[in-house]
Amino acid sequence: MSKRVVLEASHAVAEAVKMANVDVVAAYPITPQTHIPERLAEMVANGELEAAYIPVESEHSAMSTCLGAASVGSRAFTTTAGQGLELMHEAVYIASSMRYPIVMVVCNRALSAPISVWADHSDVMAVRDTGWIQVFCQNNQEAFDMTLWAFRVGEDPKVLIPVMVNLDGFTLSHVTEPLFLPEQSEVDRFLPPFKYQLALHPDKPTTHGAFGMPEIYTEVKVGQEVALRKSKGAILQGWKEFGDIFGRYYSPVEPYRAKGAKTLLLTMGSLGETAKMVIDEKRDKGEAVGLINLRLWRPFPFEEFRQAVKDADVVIVFDRCISFGGPGGPVCSEVRSALYDQEKKPNVIGFVGALGGRDMTAKDFEYVIDRGIDVAKTGTPELFETVGVRGKVSGIRG
Amino acid sequence: MIRMENEAIKFGKNLVSTKEFLAEGHNFCSGCGEALAIRLCCKALGDNTIIAMATGCDEVCTTPLPVTSWRLPWLHTLFENAAAEISGAEAGLKIMMQKGKVPKRDINYVAMAGDGGTSDIGLQALSGAIERGHDFLYICWDNEAYMNTGIQRSSATPYGASTTTAPAGKVSIGQKTQKKNMVEICAAHGIPYAAAACPSYPFDLLNKVKKGAEVKGPAYVHVLSPCPTGWRFPSNLTIQIGRLAVETGVFPLYEVENGHYKLNVDRPKLRPVEEYLRPQGRFRHLSDAEIGKIQDKVNEEYAKLKARVAAFSAA
Repeated sequence: MSKRVVLEASHAVAEAVKMANVDVVAAYPITPQTHIPERLAEMVANGELEAAYIPVESEHSAMSTCLGAASVGSRAFTTTAGQGLELMHEAVYIASSMRYPIVMVVCNRALSAPISVWADHSDVMAVRDTGWIQVFCQNNQEAFDMTLWAFRVGEDPKVLIPVMVNLDGFTLSHVTEPLFLPEQSEVDRFLPPFKYQLALHPDKPTTHGAFGMPEIYTEVKVGQEVALRKSKGAILQGWKEFGDIFGRYYSPVEPYRAKGAKTLLLTMGSLGETAKMVIDEKRDKGEAVGLINLRLWRPFPFEEFRQAVKDADVVIVFDRCISFGGPGGPVCSEVRSALYDQEKKPNVIGFVGALGGRDMTAKDFEYVIDRGIDVAKTGTPELFETVGVRGKVSGIRG
Repeated sequence: MIRMENEAIKFGKNLVSTKEFLAEGHNFCSGCGEALAIRLCCKALGDNTIIAMATGCDEVCTTPLPVTSWRLPWLHTLFENAAAEISGAEAGLKIMMQKGKVPKRDINYVAMAGDGGTSDIGLQALSGAIERGHDFLYICWDNEAYMNTGIQRSSATPYGASTTTAPAGKVSIGQKTQKKNMVEICAAHGIPYAAAACPSYPFDLLNKVKKGAEVKGPAYVHVLSPCPTGWRFPSNLTIQIGRLAVETGVFPLYEVENGHYKLNVDRPKLRPVEEYLRPQGRFRHLSDAEIGKIQDKVNEEYAKLKARVAAFSAA
């Protein structure tokens, strides 16, 4: 029987890591991630969690220490945010290329300069193509659930890919709300021990991390790409079994009141919950609008996404990141690309906002939906509009 | 002949493993001091060892996919993170042993990196790992420049050496800075064992690696690895150049055990540094006056080291 508790999202993550009986936690503190390593350090200090807590001297070493820990077959966890994720960037690539199923929770934070500790998605977008499985959370329950699920999927012998769980900094990481915590026995049923066949050990010497000449590099990389795409089977299976045990079911693309909607708003992360309020209001007024929450970011769920938007005329994409000099927000350009070859495709309208922790209220989402519908009708050459930006902006819409 | 502290040399065959952990068929240059040092060090470590290696000559020369020269479990990922990786491997295996997930066993956890991967880009990760007290040995293969990428200067390049990024020229002597002293930096962290060694003194090297692997907690061994390619000397002179580095006092062999200094090879009278510098192309541009300056600096540093040794003998 699960029990209902009230926890901060960061502490919910720590609970999941504890229940996963992790072996090694290596982390470097950075706002707004600090409550996760603090709580884990406390658990280890109190004997609640039997793990090595390694207070490394940088995020680069946090990920590198996890690489070493995973190479010997131990279950490794780290967590970071913003600049920390950028500092560990090259090691993030390594984790997926070495097929070490490390789990990392990112409390999404804006990137400097100017320095900002507040939320947006610039950090995770900069590691979009690193080959990790990447998911986003909307609330505390999901923060717990996705963290637990991440170990199960990543460590699947057919997958062996690291998993990144994204929580918006502060607006999710620091929110306290009720959630269900499962029994340890249920967790153990869902998450088998990590058994890594190629673990480094003197009894069976193996070479990890040899270098690739041009004759072999391409094959290695394509193998990695195939593995990431194929991981979707395990991702879906993991969510199904999660639902069967814990009663909460998840999918790569989650529609909300989207049935019959001609206009769909697409969000990723915790702002989807704010947007739901607006969708409710509009639906109750009889407007044919709905919401799509994109939970799975990598591997991108092309099929599910196309299915979810097939009856819509307009898809309004809300990005929390600017792709400087590029074709709009990263999510929007991805969505456009996913639809380009479709015979019947909706008009895709991009918005960028909530950068560096700027509030995005229900009223702002109301504007985004109304404005998106207008722009779709009139047509516009600009790529995207930045919500609530002060001053005149030329070259881009708004 | 210098009397070596350990007379094992007479009984070498019985004391040194005849197993080869670095397999033949690697791609090191002929006469490579580092390849020799790695081969010897692995013999000292034995097969109960896990190695994390930084990017560099050693990694590139031993593991072109799909083949490997390693008969020991071996991990490489990046340039600056060998110390962090071995931290994770050590902590991971130890906690799994504590939790009963894998059988208990004493394993040598060893990080290896070149002088660039140690004294430049990897210094932070090294400092972090030894400060945290992981039970591991860090070995630096010091060939005094970024040799793998084409002889670019590092902070371990000695004063006056010509490299591709600090070349000697009409208005430059080449390297303008003094060599960073990694043994002192590591010893200053208060670790149980730090030492300087050279494959030209194989038994001293073997002893130091064994000691470093055996102590509980972090240990550091800095291995001067003469490089015919980068230092520009004929490849049959590797051993001789290493011995000259020691006998001139340019690279004294010493160890710092729990803060106590000990010179392992101490000549009553040092050879002139000129004997070490002249055979090497990287120093060929140096004038007598410049060599005089280097001699003064070597004398000064050697006297400082002797004073530290004397201080501990007196105490």
